[in-house]
Amino acid sequence: MIPPVLAAEGLHKSFGGVQAVADVSLAVAGGELLALIGPNGAGKSTCFNLINGQLRPDRGRVRLRGRDITGLAPRRIWRLGVGRTFQITATFGSLSVLQNVQMALLSHAGRAFDLLGQVPREDPAPALALLERVGMAEQAGRPCGVLAYGDLKRVELAVALAHGPALLLMDEPTAGMAPAERAALMALTARLARESGIAVLFTEHDMGVVFGHADRILVLDRGRVIAEGPPDAVRGDARVRAVYLGGMEVP
Amino acid sequence: MIPTLPRRVALLGAAASLAAPALHAQPSVIRIGEINSYSAIPAFLLPYRQAWQMAEEEINAAGGIAGRRIETIFRDDNGRPEDAVRHAGELLNNERVDLLAGGFLSHVGLAVSDVARRNRRLYLATEPLSDALVWAQGHRYIFRLRPSTYMQCAMLVEEAAKLPARRWATVAPNYEYGQSAVRWFRELLSRAKPDVEFVAEQFPALGRIDAGATVQALAGARPEAIFNVTFGADLTNFVRQGSTRGLFDGRTMVSLLTGEPEYLDPLGDEAPEGWIVTGYPWQELNTPGHVRFREAYQARFNTHPRLGSALGFDSVTVIRRMLEATAADTDTEKMVDALRGMTFPTVFGEADPEFRAIDHQSTLGAYVGRTALRQGRGVMVDWRYADGRDYLPSDEEVRRLRPQD
Amino acid sequence: MWQDLLAQSLSGLATASSLFLVASGLTVIFGVTRIVNFAHGSLYMLGAYLAWTLVGALPRGHLGFWGGVLLAVLIVGVIGVLIEVLLLRRIYKSPELFQLLATFGVVLIVQDVALWIWGPQDLLGPRAPGLRGAVDIFGARFPLYDLFLICVGPVVLGLLWLLFHRTRWGTRVRAATADREMVGALGVNQRLLFTTVFFLGAALAGLGGALQLPRESVNLQMDLAIIAEAFVVVVIGGLGSLPGAFLAALLIGQMQAFGILIFPKITLVLVFLVMAVVLILRPYGLLGRPPATAHAAPAIEPPYGPPSRALRVIGLVGLAAALVVPPLMGEFALIVFTEIAIMVLFAASLHFIMGPGGMVSFGHAAYFGMGAYGAALLTAHFAAPMEAGLLAAPLVAGLAGAVFGFFCVRLSGVYAAMLTLAFAQIAWSTAFQWIELTGGDNGILGVWPSDWAAPKLTFYYLALGLCVGATLLLRRSIFSPFGMAMRAQRDSPLRAEAIGLDGFRIRWVAFILAAVAAGIAGGLFAYAKGSVFPSVMAIPRSVDALVMVLLGGVQTVSGPIIGALAFTWAHEQLMRAFEMWRLLLGLLIVALVLFFPQGLAGAAQRLAGRRAP
Repeated sequence: MIPPVLAAEGLHKSFGGVQAVADVSLAVAGGELLALIGPNGAGKSTCFNLINGQLRPDRGRVRLRGRDITGLAPRRIWRLGVGRTFQITATFGSLSVLQNVQMALLSHAGRAFDLLGQVPREDPAPALALLERVGMAEQAGRPCGVLAYGDLKRVELAVALAHGPALLLMDEPTAGMAPAERAALMALTARLARESGIAVLFTEHDMGVVFGHADRILVLDRGRVIAEGPPDAVRGDARVRAVYLGGMEVP
Repeated sequence: MIPTLPRRVALLGAAASLAAPALHAQPSVIRIGEINSYSAIPAFLLPYRQAWQMAEEEINAAGGIAGRRIETIFRDDNGRPEDAVRHAGELLNNERVDLLAGGFLSHVGLAVSDVARRNRRLYLATEPLSDALVWAQGHRYIFRLRPSTYMQCAMLVEEAAKLPARRWATVAPNYEYGQSAVRWFRELLSRAKPDVEFVAEQFPALGRIDAGATVQALAGARPEAIFNVTFGADLTNFVRQGSTRGLFDGRTMVSLLTGEPEYLDPLGDEAPEGWIVTGYPWQELNTPGHVRFREAYQARFNTHPRLGSALGFDSVTVIRRMLEATAADTDTEKMVDALRGMTFPTVFGEADPEFRAIDHQSTLGAYVGRTALRQGRGVMVDWRYADGRDYLPSDEEVRRLRPQD
Repeated sequence: MWQDLLAQSLSGLATASSLFLVASGLTVIFGVTRIVNFAHGSLYMLGAYLAWTLVGALPRGHLGFWGGVLLAVLIVGVIGVLIEVLLLRRIYKSPELFQLLATFGVVLIVQDVALWIWGPQDLLGPRAPGLRGAVDIFGARFPLYDLFLICVGPVVLGLLWLLFHRTRWGTRVRAATADREMVGALGVNQRLLFTTVFFLGAALAGLGGALQLPRESVNLQMDLAIIAEAFVVVVIGGLGSLPGAFLAALLIGQMQAFGILIFPKITLVLVFLVMAVVLILRPYGLLGRPPATAHAAPAIEPPYGPPSRALRVIGLVGLAAALVVPPLMGEFALIVFTEIAIMVLFAASLHFIMGPGGMVSFGHAAYFGMGAYGAALLTAHFAAPMEAGLLAAPLVAGLAGAVFGFFCVRLSGVYAAMLTLAFAQIAWSTAFQWIELTGGDNGILGVWPSDWAAPKLTFYYLALGLCVGATLLLRRSIFSPFGMAMRAQRDSPLRAEAIGLDGFRIRWVAFILAAVAAGIAGGLFAYAKGSVFPSVMAIPRSVDALVMVLLGGVQTVSGPIIGALAFTWAHEQLMRAFEMWRLLLGLLIVALVLFFPQGLAGAAQRLAGRRAP
């Protein structure tokens, strides 16, 4: 049996006696979009950070394609094939869109300490191809510092895809975007994931986005998994409805 | 109240001032390039420059030297030797000065002296004290006017050896001057009086003395006498804390340079009494030469002369004497030859000192005496003139200390 | 024996109190406005001078003395307000370092103004009425006034605590200190808050200065003497933390008092050693907290483009001029041009870590000086030829950069800057006080070029070749993958980490490269001057480098070159021609900060952009 791209087993994390994440296990397969949802304080962010290396779990394991990556530095995890986007976009504001992607490509090629090469003379084609995929090729020459927010999100996506990751971790990918843009971005993500067989794990507040694009949904409440399954099953789950009662609309 | 420099205000045409090698230098004028740390230590150098200008004007008013006027171009190095070196280059190459002079801080003096050595041009160092200037780093083109660290230490050791004290402590600013003063004092005193012991030494950072702690540390060692090398603001703070804490009670203090008005005046009515010091008793020194100088200076600047004033005036006298000897010929080698062994009158009005041929150190002396309070200000009393020639090491020793060429 | 230790400890407490007064103002101002106020020492000095004048003018006795002190404190507070309203208020939005530069301009101005008003001589103030004498404490006589000072520190700390915790104004100050974003939320009140905080901080500096009157002479060196120590105290305590400053002042005071008993010669280096150790162990000081927002939105600079045609032409013309013109201008011009070439490389090396690297160094002179000393020591102790010395210079500097940088690049912002300063001061003190090795302040003489390079013109071409070559290499590497990685980790550490960039190693390598380049400049400087003195790595030289970089503009690649040219030229001209050159230089810096916040190169760029859109 081929192991899933990402598998987390029995994650525990507490902060000063407060159990933030308790016995969370999850698995994402290639080409699959798994949404991690839950009300505020449910442990989504903690769970996310346990997987991406920002935090180290008290107990439990995180495996990437069967390899144990628990507690590795984010930098190492990236090298093993994990791309990330952030809730508040993080790009290099003083570099151009093209250079943002080129930087990721150069880092992947192990050339971060190359002092002799000249970036302006590098072949832009690979980076342009990535930008093409997210629809940002026309804006390749603009500085990131001046882009619209939705465009920044797409640049981030291109950067996250630069080293051909097996797994994409997206923290609130549509936060701060206009509703129309949200759907477009998630549709783009889903298409890219399926084309390249990338596993995607994302957290999200917008239930429209979640139920419209996720293949499976995992619902957390007070650090525990209370439901997991395809959107239709989760939508009908009584505990999920109870958790979200009054707090959030479940379509 | 800021005395003004002869300014060369036509400056902002910068390229012009960089280039244009001294089109304005008339052959009839003898030009002296004077470099000093005016903005870094104005309190010491303004009186010096005033007296220098006074002396220069006297010479020019009398028709110059063999018909040639002298003109001094002053440069401020801000206490940075690298700036002094640049000024030296500018003065020699652009202003076409005939000789370099000046210097108060030892390191600046050494830096300029090295330029003089390399360019084979004369440098008359007026005030730097470092022994290295004419000994370890001595050379044909450097002459020094003021009595050196060694000489002033030797003058004080002579007095210190007469004291009954056996337990000594030292306090000195932590840099070359302070360290070598302490080294000489210890060495010479131990030679003169083998049974002395040094029970504590303090080396506060220059200009940053933590006076309370330093005084307490010295008191804790219970010395019978203390040799002090701190000066300026450090000295003031040291004296305040020391007198409040009773450090000086029942102890003999021997102190380098403290009798100079530059250091005594700021202490006002808190000037310590009974310290054995080197210095300059300008109030009581009544040799005919000094009376004339003091009165002229006071009339002109409405303040009394400092030691710097005396040295500034003497420097110009040295240059005048030298040029008279060469018949106003400014060839460097001739000027050097003229200076070697040359005697010159001083504003002190004591016996004329000479520039020793062996090491180019002048035998100008200093006054050794005790401090006292008179009408709310510190003065020197019971002083005597210590002739510099009596406080220099033997010729063999000098030959050992100074590279012989 | 223990009586001596007790007295020593009390002396340390008195020192601590004085230090705390100055440091408290500095830390309060920094906490709210994030301004590193270099002029704080000048306010302290003004406090002492004003107190001297006022106490002397008022009738003798308690009223005259304490009234004079109080008046001086208020006047210094008003001077602080003036500085804030006239200068700093206009540049809060500028990069942090520009504000530092502005306050440095104020330092220069105050120095000459104080000289002009009070004259050059040290002034000795009267002692405090009623506190002249000493008390007997177990056999040691301890000054009454020092006992009084020991009490002043805690009392001021207590009053400040009440002010900050029991008044609405204080609550706002604390909120602003804790969270930068809060300041924006205060809206209209922000101006008033900043101004009043500046009044308080300046008044505390003035109080510190005025209260020294009965202890120390008032002189023109007070400002720079206190500012370094005040910074040390503030940083050790944790920026913005009052209790931290108090604790640090106690620590430094006691270290000094007892340090001189054990190591009488370590006086200069001790405080900086303590600061280095504290920062290595606790990167935000004893009681400091990491800033709430990791990076307060760094100013976004435009991407570096390839040099425009115009810039290329200007560069080539400049280089051609540098090759052809100086030989026609005589020996001295060659000396000056050699120095300018060296300063260009020195500034470019600092810009390399400050601009693309996003690090601040207050101690870049250390590497310049290491290069100079590396070459000079080889000459002095092994009679090595110039070629060996010039080779050793970058090696020694690079080695120092590797060791010091290893610790410095882990920290950020002002803390990193202060650690660079600490290391530079340690290097400087070593050169200054280790006389057997370095000759101390008398320096190392006779560091002259080899015979073939002795003619001024040859040496000029040598220096020009090496400096322009190294500067161009630095410039080129800004466009290399490594250069881009530097900018990447500066723009977004989070994103950089997420694409596998090792921020620490990138900054470390950049730091070493900058040190190597500064070392080349330092080595050339040694042979150009023929001698090396500790001043090559003293604070003023680090400040010179900072001024050059900021003058030219941090955010442009050509900035340091233009800045070095402009500064070296202006400095040389002003110093030669004007007695009050510091005043003029200070005014020039202040004017530049106000009118060219992007630096000269930035301003030129904008002008060119406007003309040819």
